[in-house]
Amino acid sequence: MTDAHPAAPDMAAPDLAAPDPAAPEMAAPDRFPPGTRVRTYRHDPPHHTRLPRYARGKRGVVVEPEGPEELADISARGRGDAPVEQIYAVRFEARDLWGEGDHHVVLDLWESYLEEDPDDER
Amino acid sequence: MTSGDHHTDATIARRVRRLETLLEEKGLITGERLDEAIDAFLAESSPANGARVVARAWTDDAYRARLLADGTAAVRELGYMEGSFQRLRVVENTASRHNVVVCTLCSCYPLRLLGPSPSWYKSEAYRSRVVREPREVLREFGLELPPGTDITVWDSSAETRYLVLPRRPEGTEGLGEEELAALVTRNALIGTAAL
Repeated sequence: MTDAHPAAPDMAAPDLAAPDPAAPEMAAPDRFPPGTRVRTYRHDPPHHTRLPRYARGKRGVVVEPEGPEELADISARGRGDAPVEQIYAVRFEARDLWGEGDHHVVLDLWESYLEEDPDDER
Repeated sequence: MTSGDHHTDATIARRVRRLETLLEEKGLITGERLDEAIDAFLAESSPANGARVVARAWTDDAYRARLLADGTAAVRELGYMEGSFQRLRVVENTASRHNVVVCTLCSCYPLRLLGPSPSWYKSEAYRSRVVREPREVLREFGLELPPGTDITVWDSSAETRYLVLPRRPEGTEGLGEEELAALVTRNALIGTAAL
């Protein structure tokens, strides 16, 4: 298999020879920048998940990225193929979670738990 | 321990005992070695560690800024959380803002900085109620917050652990770092008490 996918000659060597200390990894930009209005997924998976029931299908605002980790929904099942995803601190207003209250709740949520909230009318 | 999570705790305890027995039977580990490892871990885990971090932040503005910007790096400066894979975020209480920490899914908590978690932290009642009615829960802890206070509840649902930086008590201007650290309680570091 060693010669099945030859590297492009102008890509491999220069990266190894001159690593750029300012850019240690070529990570994709975060999908949800701070301030993005998001909505959490609604479904109730049959397996382990870190999206608590009380925060499903709820609207919140991204505070900031917390750093990438393996998706716990997969890794908790003993599988070695868990994707690494960005985790975001997401801030929820109590009334969006419970219909009442004036406090906030912040949860750390994997990217695939979230979708952008198109409704901008809040 | 409250009755609410008794069944779950019993189930987990049974599994752990079974696993321990299997490991010993297969000669992979001895009970003695296991006890040593647990003792060594607990010896390094104490609310005195969190208190020391807080006292440093109260007396050193530059440290406080680093602590709030990158909790993990700042506590490592003082020798804590070395080798831990977890991130630490420190959240600061102010005159208008109060923070409180919970783990609604289990009982996650920065053990090395706070020591073993109190049973109420693991209770079903605390975990389910503090995200819904924090003001009432804090009142039951004896903490009455002014009506306008913005309360933020941090639910430790992933790999970040939270530590509350409490407000420095009034009248402590003359105190040194060690004396200040002695004033800091575990509950204040979780956010269920003020100082």
